[in-house]
Amino acid sequence: MKDKLLSMKEAVAGFVRDGDTVVIEGFTHLICFAAGHEIIRQGRKDLTLARLTPDLIYDQMIAAGCARKLVFSWAGNPGIGSLHAFRRAVESQPPTLAIEEYSHFGMVGRMCAGAANLPFWPMRNYTGADIPGSNPLIKTVTCPYTGEKLAAVPALRPDVTIVHAQRADKTGNAQIWGLMGVQKEAAFASKRVIVVVEELVDEAVIRSDPNRTLIPAFQVDAVVHEPWGAHPSYSQGYYDRDNDFYVKWDKIAREDASLKQYLDEFVRGVKDRSEYMKKHPGLAERLKAKPSVCAGVDYGY
Amino acid sequence: MATESVPKTATDHTLSELMTVQAARELKDGDVVFVGIGLPNLACNLARATHAPNLVLIYESGAVGAVPDRVPPSIGDPALVTGSLMVCGMSDVFQLVLQNGKIQVGFLGGAQLDRWGNINTTVVGPYSQPKVRLPGSGGACEIAIHAQRVLIVMKASKRTFMEKVDYITSPGTRPGGQPRGGVSLPGRGPVKVITDLGILEPDPQTGEFILTSIYPGVTIEKVKENIGWPLKVREPLGTVAVPSAAEITLLREKLDPQRLHIK
Repeated sequence: MKDKLLSMKEAVAGFVRDGDTVVIEGFTHLICFAAGHEIIRQGRKDLTLARLTPDLIYDQMIAAGCARKLVFSWAGNPGIGSLHAFRRAVESQPPTLAIEEYSHFGMVGRMCAGAANLPFWPMRNYTGADIPGSNPLIKTVTCPYTGEKLAAVPALRPDVTIVHAQRADKTGNAQIWGLMGVQKEAAFASKRVIVVVEELVDEAVIRSDPNRTLIPAFQVDAVVHEPWGAHPSYSQGYYDRDNDFYVKWDKIAREDASLKQYLDEFVRGVKDRSEYMKKHPGLAERLKAKPSVCAGVDYGY
Repeated sequence: MATESVPKTATDHTLSELMTVQAARELKDGDVVFVGIGLPNLACNLARATHAPNLVLIYESGAVGAVPDRVPPSIGDPALVTGSLMVCGMSDVFQLVLQNGKIQVGFLGGAQLDRWGNINTTVVGPYSQPKVRLPGSGGACEIAIHAQRVLIVMKASKRTFMEKVDYITSPGTRPGGQPRGGVSLPGRGPVKVITDLGILEPDPQTGEFILTSIYPGVTIEKVKENIGWPLKVREPLGTVAVPSAAEITLLREKLDPQRLHIK
């Protein structure tokens, strides 16, 4: 299969367009901040940003003016409190950001339907809750076998999904371990997929442990080698989550001015991730993972 | 080793320690628990270290049988993965585990709670023009629907225990005014509200949360002052056993030494 290796700049320029529905997935783990930052640098706008937990990356993209709409299920700073740019946008009169809100299970179902090429996903959910009342896209269907009323959520078909992975080969066979969130479903639901990796490896490494492959090359359009590309999120086995930064973000994002100053210095003020890392001396030493290597398995027959 | 006399019950403890200990005691050995961060996480770890060594902790992030060696700052912390029994995708967590009825206990909390145990974690004020926009459901709605028992852990306050919540994110004991049951609401819903003053349980007939036990040194008046609906009191009112010295020592020295969650 062909070599899909691109720089982050090339991948975003080639595969992320104004007005797109963009998914940068990863549940706490493997959130590709490097891609979000490049989208901000390239000035993409009118995006519909979708993911379960917008996290700091979508807070930054909302503040930078990239987003028209947010599709989500939990919009907070995990363990800390609020996403302030998001809150300012939805609490202002009138709101400056459209929202489409589900629960986690609802968003998972939307990804599953998209990935399975179905129009909707049924589930037992939402009875007695106000969530369907504030989101008319959550409907009910009747089971043709039992007559049971089930909740239904529509398929999500992103224009582009960006997944950070520990490693891939240059054709895009991507291996992930640790928390896997909904990355597999998001990638299969998507029209275009960019895989960003900590390490680029030979195909032989992938073939030595095929159960570890979450996304196969045929589903991938571009591969970007971007070490530390998930910081301040983390990459199991490579580096820890920068919990201190998540605490600091609460203060940075409280005011438009300090948030803009952050974006000017650490996002727009650098040309790529390696310059971003140079602006964080000591970070690699502070967060580098302590090894915890598994014994491996025998694939012989 | 010198034999120091250790008192069986802790002579001093804070109300948040008492609340954590009560939550831990609600967990049975072997329970499969859907757990979040903060006090519920501590309660689970306390239960695991004391009476429930076979408790299985499941996080919505996909870690099953997690044994975190640090207080996880988020439910997606890497320490939940290292040494766990299984890591699965979130599609498996919500469908194969939660919807399939495998969760005995789910912990919930929120910004607003009403007498039926409905919880709001979405908005203060109207949905389309929120005064305060809160994070939203996350997995809370489906936990409220599917977990066999839901434990609500919240500090009592008139600001949060209200006559009517602004938005129902997670349904309580009488969704749509009807008792639970049937395939669309398989869980029992909230069975206890553990506060820092006492414990509320639903009246078996009406589903309304009433005061069923009170902590040592707390008066009924004090509880009523902090609940925003006319709180009924069960007769006879129970008291709770105070934390043991071992429980308090574990919490202070091992489980939350930095006092991140326990004040």
